[in-house]
Amino acid sequence: MTTAGKSNPLREEEDRRLPRIAGPCGLVIFGVTGDLARKKLMPALYDLANRGLLPPGFALVGFARRDWAHQDFAKIVHDSVREYARTPFREEVWNQLSEGFRFVPGDFSDDVAFDQLRDTIDELARVRGTGGNLAFYLSIPPKFFPDVIGQLKEHGLSDPPADAWRRVVIEKPFGSDLKTAQELNAVVEGVFPQESVFRIDHYLGKETVQNILAFRFANQFFEPIWNANYVDHVQITMAEDIGIGGRAGYYDGIGAARDVIQNHLIQLMALVAMEEPVSFEAKALRTEKQKVLSAVKLPERLDRHTARGQYAAGWQGGQHVIGYLDESDIPRTSQTETFAAVKLEIDTRRWAGVPFYLRTGKRLGRRVTEVAVVFKRAPHLPFDATETEELGQNALVMRIQPDEGVTVRFGAKIPGSAMEIRDVNMDFAYGGAFTESSPEAYERLILDVLLGDPPLFPRHEEVEMSWMILDPVIEHWAQHGQPDAYEAGTWGPRSAHEMLARDGRSWRRP
Amino acid sequence: MSTTELTQTNASEIASEILKARRRAGSPSMGMVMTLIVVTDEGDHYDALKAASGASREHPARIIGVIRRSARGSSKLDAEVRIGASGESILLRMSGELTGHAESVVLPLLLPDSPVVVWWPGKAPKDIAEDPLGSLGNRRITDIAALERGREAAMLAQAENYEPGDTDLAWTRLTPWRALLAAALDQYPAKVTGAVVAAERANPSADLLAAWLSSRLKVDVTRTNSKGPGLTAVTLETGGGEISISRPDGVLARFTTPNSPDRPVALKRRELRELLDEELRRLDPDDVYAAAARALIAKGSPRAGRTTTRKAAKPARTAKKRPRS
Repeated sequence: MTTAGKSNPLREEEDRRLPRIAGPCGLVIFGVTGDLARKKLMPALYDLANRGLLPPGFALVGFARRDWAHQDFAKIVHDSVREYARTPFREEVWNQLSEGFRFVPGDFSDDVAFDQLRDTIDELARVRGTGGNLAFYLSIPPKFFPDVIGQLKEHGLSDPPADAWRRVVIEKPFGSDLKTAQELNAVVEGVFPQESVFRIDHYLGKETVQNILAFRFANQFFEPIWNANYVDHVQITMAEDIGIGGRAGYYDGIGAARDVIQNHLIQLMALVAMEEPVSFEAKALRTEKQKVLSAVKLPERLDRHTARGQYAAGWQGGQHVIGYLDESDIPRTSQTETFAAVKLEIDTRRWAGVPFYLRTGKRLGRRVTEVAVVFKRAPHLPFDATETEELGQNALVMRIQPDEGVTVRFGAKIPGSAMEIRDVNMDFAYGGAFTESSPEAYERLILDVLLGDPPLFPRHEEVEMSWMILDPVIEHWAQHGQPDAYEAGTWGPRSAHEMLARDGRSWRRP
Repeated sequence: MSTTELTQTNASEIASEILKARRRAGSPSMGMVMTLIVVTDEGDHYDALKAASGASREHPARIIGVIRRSARGSSKLDAEVRIGASGESILLRMSGELTGHAESVVLPLLLPDSPVVVWWPGKAPKDIAEDPLGSLGNRRITDIAALERGREAAMLAQAENYEPGDTDLAWTRLTPWRALLAAALDQYPAKVTGAVVAAERANPSADLLAAWLSSRLKVDVTRTNSKGPGLTAVTLETGGGEISISRPDGVLARFTTPNSPDRPVALKRRELRELLDEELRRLDPDDVYAAAARALIAKGSPRAGRTTTRKAAKPARTAKKRPRS
């Protein structure tokens, strides 16, 4: 289907107004009653339809253990679209979409349900013209993957009919260490070929993350200083102000490092640190990401260069909040970390001696994700020490969320008769970031799945490499008792600050 | 949002008012990416500027509204400066001899080094690229469908005077149709042997679509009249049957391809703001529009029932970048 452009006389390369519309297809969502499906997937599908990017005749099949008829399912989708879609609700778009809704009730071990699923899929090919092209979205806990994927295979759903495709979409966590990641991968890729497996890391679908690539490789004046000669260190932060909320079952035993560093932060680091890909084809991007990940080294002394914490009760933004151990369904003895920070080094000529500090946590000062590239001081300052007392290090901050944009921090003269220099900020905020016109990450990623366009999806090699980086840290922590407590609403435990202080640096207040 | 009115003013006073207003708002950084000049009149300016500031949420812009009043009497310039959340807007009202020299006010107010778009929401000069305001722009947008009469002649004149960077919203309105037609041929890649475009009388979009189809598919395209609204149906004939998209109500279309069930497709006529959003997304010359415009001229004045012959299809003239003035 991607070759259509060559033979289709109505498509020309210069005709960039014409959007990429997915070919005839359908999407089957397992776990359609979950939060992700309701808050992200179904609204994203509606938004795609509203933008005219879904094919006419698109079909959506829900699969869950609920006693629903098709109309009940349509009602659920309707409510979620009404509540969470970013584009305005339009009756005609809804009509177009809802004609293709089907619901299949059943358990993942229920053969009858999967037979019914197959019949539904055949029926959709007939009445909606999906051409047998289907993506299976597993919005379910990974422990059910073997069941569902086994059933898909057994009922002949994983093998596409001639000239059609079958794809599978899975969400993090991709295992909880290298071994489980490999096991999971064996299950999935045992049934679906590698190029049909789409792993969603929704961070990679964000405009601002893709902008890192544009920023680095479309401009001339960043690349010359993007190396160890000029960069002192890099800080990558993803902070949340919320606690674990209702996710105790998922979160306890997993923790911040597995939940966030393994995927989002290491992917961000790869994008910031990688060499220029020869093209933006999936293969070229993957090659560079894997190259840089393979050069990542952990510090020898994990006790001195990593930190972990667990939030204690405190005041956050004017509200008193309880500590992690007091959250419901969390054992009082839990050693799960809600804050994690690691120092990584990259053994390449470009990055030798430049530490990458990655940190993430819940119940921190505010919700923010950013990448800060902090530069070395100027080798010589032709000013008195007192004149530059307020001058810090230059920094370039890519703000991923919220308030997407770029900040450059540099020194400027304070207006007045004396020569005094202090740090100033220059901000770039792309106004479109908040409008409906900038697509939500899931929209972009779902469309890419339907188009079969893989650049934004990590492959199992990348997943395994990031576990190789992180496994020793997690093992080290497992042998060293309780994480350090930090008061909710602050920027993490004292040990995190000490970890940078040892290197003569400090965390930015993002 | 702060608004300041200046009477009997000039460009440098306006520029310094913008600076002051920004400082008053705490020097917010705007990250503005373009200047959008809206050439309008007292009657239309409200809707046009509303659409422009709507579009500037996606494309942060300095919007300069130009209203020419009576050319009689002494020259006078009044201005309204607004600094809002997503950009700045300046409304200029000119009268007297100054109405013939609007560009002298606008030129000093252009944002440095960034693209300039000139938009005529209503009546536009005959040769927009040669127009003194038009020549300030990298991109010139007209809307022939907004004219009360003489649309066909205006569309032809626009096509004949085409310069790289020109575009008309009649073309923008076609994007969803063209996307669906292209998707139809992706799904059903058959040789097209003929086509029919049905629309209201005097619909410049339909004429452009017929011209585009005939130039791309190298077939005769028949243009028929319907009651509207706007475009109502496009049919492509193939050996295996018809591919058709019909939209009788201007909202929901029926999509038909051979060997497949009919399917509904939302195909709502878009609002001005959405059209402008699309226009501002790409600021380089639209060569595909140029080719369609050329095919339109070759066919002569479009009349319902007439058929675009395949001789009409000529390759697009390669667009040369115009120097920015």
